[in-house]
Amino acid sequence: MKINKKKYWKQNLKYLAILLSIWFLVSFLCGIIFADYLNQFMLGGFPLGFWFANQGAIYFFVILIFIYVFLMNRLDKKYKVDEV
Amino acid sequence: MDTQAWTYILVGGTFFLYIIIAIFSRASSTNEFYVAGGGVHPILNGMATAADWMSAASFLSMAGLIAFMGYSGGQYLMGWTGGYVLLALLLAPYLRKFGKYTIPDFIGERYYSKNARLVALICVLFVSFTYVVGQMKGVGVAFARFLDVPFDTGVLIGIGIVFFYAVLGGMKGITYTQVAQFCVLIFAFTVPAIFISLQMTGNPIPQFGFGSKTNEGVYLLEKLNQLTLDLGFDKYTSVNKDNMVNMFFITAALMFGTAGLPHVIVRFFTVPKVKDARVSAGWALLFIAILYTSAPAVAAFARINIISTFSNTPIENLPSWFKKWENTGLLSVDDKNEDGVVQYVASEELNELSIDRDIIVLANPEIANLPPWVIGLVVAGGLAAALSTAAGLLLVISTSISHDLLKNYLKPDITEKGELWAARISIAVAVIASGIAGMNPPGFVAQVVALAFGLAASSFFPAIILGIFDKRMNREGAISGMIIGILFTTAYIIFFTPKLGGIGTPEGFWFGISPEGIGTLGMLFNFITAILVSRMTDSPPIKIQELIENIRIPRN
Repeated sequence: MKINKKKYWKQNLKYLAILLSIWFLVSFLCGIIFADYLNQFMLGGFPLGFWFANQGAIYFFVILIFIYVFLMNRLDKKYKVDEV
Repeated sequence: MDTQAWTYILVGGTFFLYIIIAIFSRASSTNEFYVAGGGVHPILNGMATAADWMSAASFLSMAGLIAFMGYSGGQYLMGWTGGYVLLALLLAPYLRKFGKYTIPDFIGERYYSKNARLVALICVLFVSFTYVVGQMKGVGVAFARFLDVPFDTGVLIGIGIVFFYAVLGGMKGITYTQVAQFCVLIFAFTVPAIFISLQMTGNPIPQFGFGSKTNEGVYLLEKLNQLTLDLGFDKYTSVNKDNMVNMFFITAALMFGTAGLPHVIVRFFTVPKVKDARVSAGWALLFIAILYTSAPAVAAFARINIISTFSNTPIENLPSWFKKWENTGLLSVDDKNEDGVVQYVASEELNELSIDRDIIVLANPEIANLPPWVIGLVVAGGLAAALSTAAGLLLVISTSISHDLLKNYLKPDITEKGELWAARISIAVAVIASGIAGMNPPGFVAQVVALAFGLAASSFFPAIILGIFDKRMNREGAISGMIIGILFTTAYIIFFTPKLGGIGTPEGFWFGISPEGIGTLGMLFNFITAILVSRMTDSPPIKIQELIENIRIPRN
């Protein structure tokens, strides 16, 4: 049981690391640091860097949370720690 | 019917609805009063969280700010949404598993210390109170401008409504009224946005209209870039490279501050399960995103409308709504070169138009010639935003007093019934105190709100994260971290804010970071201090280590 809990927690941390890297990428990198560079590309009528800062990052945030929910629900079931 | 009549009907109708809901959701136990019995459906909790979170500032001021900031407005858009990712992934599920009522509960138990609880309690009270005063002021302004009621009477009406449903229903009453308020405010924000998007681009979805072509066949943003450039401003979509570090820090401070705000965190104590807490944060952000992705579209539309209404227009040809807003002093034209034509340009010497950012959302329906009921709707929406946020904050204040201060600090033997009464009395006192403060707001409310975010980021966020993710973190580390974070952030903000008596000037900013963004650095100092101190002192007791094991797993 103890080992299982450790494995569950490790897997959780792995998910967090991946999802939070994307969180950082779409907002701080694409929306701020590289925004000027990305502005030379267009997404429809949007300069890309501007789109990330004013629209895109928010869409990614919402999707990230729902992916996290999906992954964790699956993980809870796998390790039989899901609530009844 | 005219605007005034529509406004009365819509505001009156929504207020009536809130009262009916309050009567049907009275609280009968402390559990219901503090966390709505812990039985709120995750989607409803998502709506309530969204209403709780989106304040008068999000609804009324943000689009206006962005309209004049362009690309840089992204710091508010990303900053006030990105925190939900942190909440969902790092805080909400674990705090739900912990299963108490407040942040000071968590800090006090996790760090086995009454002093830690007290430090957290003082921060909660400070953060929540500064925030709620701003909401009360917003209520007063909305009444004064649209219903011809004096400012103070407007605040009184607002207090009366919140008093009724908060004292009666506690968290339960507040939650269900917030669900209704969310529906009102999101409808009120999107309806004008859809109308204007259709007018300008033919696309009914503002998020897409924003990136489409105008009737003239050029992309809307390209047109806006050209217009702003011609008038001597920066291109609307271009990045301000000198401000990059500051924007980075402000965005981060708003995100971490959001994730540390007590009235947002407490919402995740109201759902039945850990699983619900996770998904509820997702719903909350989805509902918030509806407004937050429309706002930049509204901003761009408004900027174009303002330029085309004013630039090089003869003063006698200005539209009728101009006169109405001119009377409020928030919009004015000063014909400096006496040519009878408005010059709206970047250069301060030549510019003749001054426009207060806060009127953009309220004046937008008139600027776009929308029917009078839309204006009434926007007023009702603004009030819903202000009242829902105020109620959530007031509940946090009252819980802190009756639960954290009274029950857990001063008088632990108080009965459940006594505690419930104490909660009701303290929320009543908090409502009245915030109303009085709202009538006489200190002129620096906006600056103090920056302090609220900075404090939330630099005190609670690290203490909670380390409490969950670092088993080795102990009392000594957490308390010294919080104290360093709070002291540094407060000192920096006061020093660089002239309205708070500071003597610093922007030239002295560290790495160019303005007070709005300094919470991020305060947070880093908190983390570093806490980790260093904890490693030099004893491990936390075994009991606490078991508590951490326990909150990390949904069921055991």
